Amino acid sequence: MIKNNRLTTEQYAKNFSDIHPPFETKDAALTEANRCLFCYDAPCTKACPTSIDVPKFIKQIATENVKGSAHTIFVSNIMGAGCSKVCPVEKLCEGACVYNLMEETPIHIAKLQRYSTEIAIQNNWQLFERKKSTGKKVAIVGAGPAGLSCAHSLSREGVDVTIYEKESKGGGLMTYGIAAYKVTPQFCEDEVNYVLGIGGIEIKYNQALGKDFSLDDLQKKYDAVYLAFGVGLARQLDIPGENLQGVEDAISFIYNLRTNHFSNIAVGEKVAVIGMGMTAIDAATQAKRLGAKEVTMVYRRTQEEMPCTEHEFEIAKLDGCRIIWLAAPKEIKGDNGKVTQLLCDVMQLGEPDASGRRSPKPTGKTFTLDVDMVIKAAGQMPYNELIDTYNIQHSKYKLTINNSATNIKSVFAGGDCVNGGKEVVDASQAGKDGASAILNYLFHAKPQSE
Amino acid sequence: MANISSNFLGIKSPNPFWLASAPPTDKKINVLRAFEAGWGGVVWKTLGSQVKNVSSRYSSVDYGGHRVMGFNNIELISDRPLHINLKEITEVVKLFPDRAMVVSLMADNNRNSWHELIKQCEDAGAMGFELNFGCPHGMTERGMGAAVGQDPEIAKMVVEWVMEKATIPVITKLTPNVHSVVPTGKACVEAGTNALSLINTIQSVTGVDLDTLVPNPYVAGKSVFGGYCGPAVKPIALKFLTTIAQNSVTKKVPISGIGGISTWKDAVEFMLLGASTVQVCTAAMKHGFRIVEDMCEGLNNWMDEKGYKTINDFIGKSVHNITHWEDLDINYHHVANINEDKCIHCGLCYIACEDTSHQAISLTYGNPYNTYTIKEDDCVGCNLCKLVCPVDSCITMVEKRVAPEYINWKMWQEQGLPLNDH
Repeated sequence: MIKNNRLTTEQYAKNFSDIHPPFETKDAALTEANRCLFCYDAPCTKACPTSIDVPKFIKQIATENVKGSAHTIFVSNIMGAGCSKVCPVEKLCEGACVYNLMEETPIHIAKLQRYSTEIAIQNNWQLFERKKSTGKKVAIVGAGPAGLSCAHSLSREGVDVTIYEKESKGGGLMTYGIAAYKVTPQFCEDEVNYVLGIGGIEIKYNQALGKDFSLDDLQKKYDAVYLAFGVGLARQLDIPGENLQGVEDAISFIYNLRTNHFSNIAVGEKVAVIGMGMTAIDAATQAKRLGAKEVTMVYRRTQEEMPCTEHEFEIAKLDGCRIIWLAAPKEIKGDNGKVTQLLCDVMQLGEPDASGRRSPKPTGKTFTLDVDMVIKAAGQMPYNELIDTYNIQHSKYKLTINNSATNIKSVFAGGDCVNGGKEVVDASQAGKDGASAILNYLFHAKPQSE
Repeated sequence: MANISSNFLGIKSPNPFWLASAPPTDKKINVLRAFEAGWGGVVWKTLGSQVKNVSSRYSSVDYGGHRVMGFNNIELISDRPLHINLKEITEVVKLFPDRAMVVSLMADNNRNSWHELIKQCEDAGAMGFELNFGCPHGMTERGMGAAVGQDPEIAKMVVEWVMEKATIPVITKLTPNVHSVVPTGKACVEAGTNALSLINTIQSVTGVDLDTLVPNPYVAGKSVFGGYCGPAVKPIALKFLTTIAQNSVTKKVPISGIGGISTWKDAVEFMLLGASTVQVCTAAMKHGFRIVEDMCEGLNNWMDEKGYKTINDFIGKSVHNITHWEDLDINYHHVANINEDKCIHCGLCYIACEDTSHQAISLTYGNPYNTYTIKEDDCVGCNLCKLVCPVDSCITMVEKRVAPEYINWKMWQEQGLPLNDH
């Protein structure tokens, strides 16, 4: 049965507390900071999509120059505080740490990054001074990591920025799409406010592109437009039974979790989660932590091909989620309009496909799982309609850009709507790239001959 | 098992590790704890005229997350009444007759004061004396401590007074707050001291508080120069020790080595450069007396490994290996080699060489790991890369002699060989 309020207040608080707790004391941070070797042309920096000068910011913690440390992080990545909590660091900076090559624990880079950035946000250290207004105006669609990063970079250079956000809060997937034990709603709000603290950025909430305003409106009113509207809709499974009561997509499941009190979120007794990406892990662990008795993750390939990191995979296993490899949903069965079973094909791996991963093929065998809830986390779909409406050039509905510029004059784009859905840190870098392209367009580009 | 016992001018101890004259040797309770822990001997904290101490007294230099790399103090000689110290010395000697009981002395600057103090200490059961000619703070303003050690003439006079009276071995402790310890060392040996010990602490300021702007240690808004010791001073101590061990006059007497000794390895280094016993203070103040256990075990194991049966088998063995620059072999050459299997690609060797040395390491870009290779022709063999490399034995220095024969700077000049390598 799907129902809410399965746990006590204390259980909810415990289940959704910080999964990567911060350093408890300055001494603890200093001990870790002093372990850093201060590599030259450091592998951790190269592995960071925003190229944070990791050895420098860690050295600055060691010299007790926390303000300098926070500046070093934010100058490369204004979303550095959020990234310290949600980045899959084991495949980025920490995965590249040279200590791995000595069979030693890598430096806890994320934890150190959190240390500096959290102090900076708590004290509202505004570490960047906005240049005098240039009179140029830019509109940004979407107040997620890409939009905020772009806005901050533009505002620093004296551009007046207006962000149009369809939700009632900023932060994008940080606020609405990430497991609650990684970031709290309060943190997301604080981070957005911290970014806005530089001034010169206005966010207009509850404003959706194509509904409340059009791209043409923006082009008329602003000198340039940056599209950072992300991807939204969950990919459909296209199997029978998908409309039964008890079938939910992971994005809206997590969205509800992040916008309501935990006790209000209904979850099944026996839950199947389709997919093995980061969002699938988030959905599975959150379902378990909301009180589901059994959570089974169903993935059509093997552990070799799973898109989530080992680290995330471990969290799901430690939470007691069961994983069935080489299983593809074939049909969701129901009774009285409610989910009762998930029928799956047993798969086997064939030849490598375009992504280089061996593609699964049905073996002809099937099996069924008794479940009362199915959460779909098989990827997200782009906003196809929006993209068609404005004739923005795309490839499989990922916007096509050339140095951040779309095919439409004065319209730039970046983040998930371009890359199809990557990490927060990738979006933050895209925002920086977008800002630099826009600044070049506004201040250096030669006027085009008519 | 090697025999690590020591016989220093007839003062016997089960091992060569003594606690230096300092706060840890100020009271019976401390010294008993030290002997129970296994220390071979103590130099009882300096006795002399009644003094009064201030608060605070210590400060330190922390480095790279490690506390007390260097340590300084502004404490004076023992501030406890003389009769209490003497009574406790007697009691301790009775309880631990097999341990060295040397008493540090700093009498007022007249013959009678010294003679009186010597008699009282000998009566109390002291096995030897150490003359404190080194304390760099407080006592110097009164014409004692380093004020004596910095002037060979005065030092000689005081040693002569002492030797007139003392019937037990006398060690004279030298101050490092001089350009060379040899003049005072020679004067003291000529005046008859039976042994020398060094170094005492070095005048210092460990740091300044960036909030109060008052240097450390803090005493009611002010500070004074304090005596510096701990691991940071070891290299300076070893240098001064070597000069005493090499000088034709001072090398005639045994030496007790002091200065930043924290481990058995440090101790062995001091002994190789001429110290017969070693004295420890800061390491014990940081960790407690228990450190002596590993000092004994480590020394023993090292001696067994090297085949030394007694400590006399290796004392002074490295003294002749420190020579004059103009005697070094110019034809000796070695170059760095990076073991690619061990390299963790941290780039520390590269940036050190590129920025501050001879641009002798090449960088081949990789994502995320660069590859670093030595440019042998450009390598001068300075060791810098090997020193900064965080991986044991990753960078080694490979001998590549320029020519087989020995040639030094003087010979080089005489033969008119070319000077410019570049």
